[in-house]
Amino acid sequence: MKYSYYPGCSLEVTAKPYDASARAVSQALDINLEEVEDWNCCGATSYISIRELISFAISARNLALAEKKGKDLVTVCPACYTVLNKANIYINEKEDIKKTVDEALAVANLKYDGTVRVRHLLDVIVNDVGLEKIKPRIKKNLDGLKIAPYYGCQISRPYGTFDDPEFPMTMDNLFSSLGAEVVNFPLKANCCGGILMTTEPEGSLKLIKDLLFCAQDNKAELIVTACPLCEINLEGYQKKVNKKFKTNFSIPPIYFTQLLGVALGLSKEKLMIGKELVSSEKVLDRFYGGKR
Amino acid sequence: MIETKEKLNQTFLEDIYSIPDGEKLKTCIQCGTCSASCPTSYLMDYTPRQIISFFRAGMLDRVLKSNTVWMCASCYFCTVRCPSGIKLTDIMYELKRLGIKYKIYPPKNPSPVMAKIFVDTINQFGRSAETVLLTLFFLRTKPFKILDFIPLGWGLFTKGRIATSNKTIKGKDDLVKIIEYIEKKGVA
Repeated sequence: MKYSYYPGCSLEVTAKPYDASARAVSQALDINLEEVEDWNCCGATSYISIRELISFAISARNLALAEKKGKDLVTVCPACYTVLNKANIYINEKEDIKKTVDEALAVANLKYDGTVRVRHLLDVIVNDVGLEKIKPRIKKNLDGLKIAPYYGCQISRPYGTFDDPEFPMTMDNLFSSLGAEVVNFPLKANCCGGILMTTEPEGSLKLIKDLLFCAQDNKAELIVTACPLCEINLEGYQKKVNKKFKTNFSIPPIYFTQLLGVALGLSKEKLMIGKELVSSEKVLDRFYGGKR
Repeated sequence: MIETKEKLNQTFLEDIYSIPDGEKLKTCIQCGTCSASCPTSYLMDYTPRQIISFFRAGMLDRVLKSNTVWMCASCYFCTVRCPSGIKLTDIMYELKRLGIKYKIYPPKNPSPVMAKIFVDTINQFGRSAETVLLTLFFLRTKPFKILDFIPLGWGLFTKGRIATSNKTIKGKDDLVKIIEYIEKKGVA
């Protein structure tokens, strides 16, 4: 199975472990990811806050580059996923937007016919590869590991292409079928605060506190995320939450690709496990020869 | 004065109605599902439902000078739940754009600064440069708060998760041409 791959900006820096584990897991599952050459930022939520059409046009450059290869465009960052999808939908549905974007692309000798499908890697793994083909490759049963799958917002909202916008289940089903125990986590599709954690940290710490409380109260050993911003907010602000709310949370968030990689028998180094700020060692060492 | 204000109001309404599916704003029934669904409404001067109401009543200053639109975290709960199919998240984006265009936003709110710096870094490198972005953001908003971020920055640095230099994409000139074309057209 061949796809074009759009890592997105966070995956080059703070979310390197997501990129490394996404590539490693894809390789192990015979998903061939070819990185879009010379991709640019999708614009995220900030560009569209300033210029709408420009944000569609810069996304269209990525779509045009991907279209040359004729494959689905896979990303792992839910913000990129939503932004690229939004641009794609409007370019295909609204003639005035298409016209201006076409003209702008032409200035850079590019052309976009609207044929690219924007996908999330989770969707590809679960729906294109499928559990039946994943299971024979599993080397380690997740053995009752208690996890809280955390979806956040933009992986299923507003588009909900492959999962429910209110109560997503893809990660729950994937990991419970690999032996993990999915704890009750009613806040799984709630917001982590996104960029507000940087601009308004005092006010939005409450959102992180609520998520950590919900996971810990339900005895989760790990939070499993699919979003670079959720991940950094959950781990990077745990100390601040503990200070402000007099709590003692110590619960590592890791990427779904890292946990899937553990089950596929991939090494810690390949998955960049150990690069988190709230260590997952105690929890994951049992899969690497340590005691439970 | 009143005439100008009315004109401005008309411009704003037309602007909102011109974004994809923007006209649906007319069908708001003020049920408050958006406000009840909003995870950050507790941080807002006015709730999302009130913002729609003020906006339709022409109380633009109240809308744009409040912190509400800048507290939207783009979670899209309101959008997927609105019984009238209003894409409120997109309308919040449009209100941010109008606020920036007409320079009407809450003076001390750091979010408009963040948005502008983000756009500048994309225009400069073609990709987001988190270190540059955050440094500029703190320098321009609350320099002393940078100290609060040092532990997090250091932690990420020791884990090899911070960029020490920034690459510029090869097609940056193309990207700039695309952006400039739309800017020149005046419809950005």
